[in-house]
Amino acid sequence: MKEGIIMKEPKQLSVSAIQNGTVIDHVPANNLFKVIQILGLDRIDNQITFGTNLESKKLGRKAIIKISGIYFEDEDINRIALVAPAAKLNIIKDYEVVEKRVVEVPDHITGIAKCMNPKCITNFEAVTTKFKVVSKKNVALKCHYCEKITTQENLQII
Amino acid sequence: MIATLFFEPSTRTRLSFESAISRLGGKIVGFSDASSTSVSKGETLNDTIRTVSNYCDLIVMRHPIEGSARFASEISSVPIINAGDGANQHPSQTLLDLYSIKKTQGRLEDLNIFLVGDLKYGRTVHSLMMAMSHWNATFNFISPEELKMPEEYKIYLDNAGLKYYEHTDFTDIISKADIIYMTRVQRERFSDPIEYEKVKNVYVLRNSMLKNTKASMRILHPLPRVNEIHIDVDANPKAYYFEQALNGVYTRQAILCSLLGIK
Repeated sequence: MKEGIIMKEPKQLSVSAIQNGTVIDHVPANNLFKVIQILGLDRIDNQITFGTNLESKKLGRKAIIKISGIYFEDEDINRIALVAPAAKLNIIKDYEVVEKRVVEVPDHITGIAKCMNPKCITNFEAVTTKFKVVSKKNVALKCHYCEKITTQENLQII
Repeated sequence: MIATLFFEPSTRTRLSFESAISRLGGKIVGFSDASSTSVSKGETLNDTIRTVSNYCDLIVMRHPIEGSARFASEISSVPIINAGDGANQHPSQTLLDLYSIKKTQGRLEDLNIFLVGDLKYGRTVHSLMMAMSHWNATFNFISPEELKMPEEYKIYLDNAGLKYYEHTDFTDIISKADIIYMTRVQRERFSDPIEYEKVKNVYVLRNSMLKNTKASMRILHPLPRVNEIHIDVDANPKAYYFEQALNGVYTRQAILCSLLGIK
């Protein structure tokens, strides 16, 4: 293949538009699979396309996810706020963007994050983690069980 | 029928609870050391609690893992009393401390509380401080540099708008105290043994130091004491730690009655 031919290719994202569903944009590229996991997208039959390592002025490298035929409740979509706080949602109906939404860190987090306290019961037994969000800006989570604080720096997604 | 499940040993707390149960006419099943039970065979806390809650009307438990009692309360069919979950909470101790303060001072409001000794790792002092913050207390923290009150608790007091002062010695200020709450300074908490040797006698309360203290002042200690309160203090009417232990039985009787609906 000659170099010149490649140069002539238009720079265009080859992820097709969807007729109805949700587009999640501005996902940090390194957290794409965490978002997929949190929303359970790996366990559904709907058509999903995603692109990753796309250039982004805000994030450096971003990912985008297009999900056909699904609209999320705020409660569900806010669960990704820990890993994709700048994510923007475009709600698509008949190929048109009918609504734009942003994610918001919820007041309580269940089963997404790991408690950073190695002596917490959630790290010993099969217990779903539960946190109260005590700070939304610099995310800080207070464990429902051991009452210790897990901060953004030591946040691990389960 | 009450189960006392002590997954780690604790003589005083267990005896205090068992005394409270017996004085109320209750019967006890349980263990004082998990090594002789199915836990040592690998049984989960989940299974132990779900099983034992069928045998009794209430469970008193002490467990080394933090948050274990709250978890147990979510899966148990009977009430759970937390008798200590690792470094997290020991609520019946805090309640008996509050009762002892109220009983000796006639009130909980506007008191000057001296917390002395290991303020870094001491679970009882953290819980007592949080509890007393509801009644406009002033705090004096007296500890060696290595065992100072952690930053997070000072931020908590700042946010609550409460006054606190930090000292490394308390002989000059002792006259202001309403309550002196002593704790043990343990050798193993020091990274440098020389540091321990330097401070080990600074945090020992002696009878001669109590001359200028308020008549109403009382000395508390969660016990066991080693040498941080000299035995010459014991005869002073301001020494209250053994009565405090008795208050522990009353407090635990009250907790049991409250949970079982006994009036």
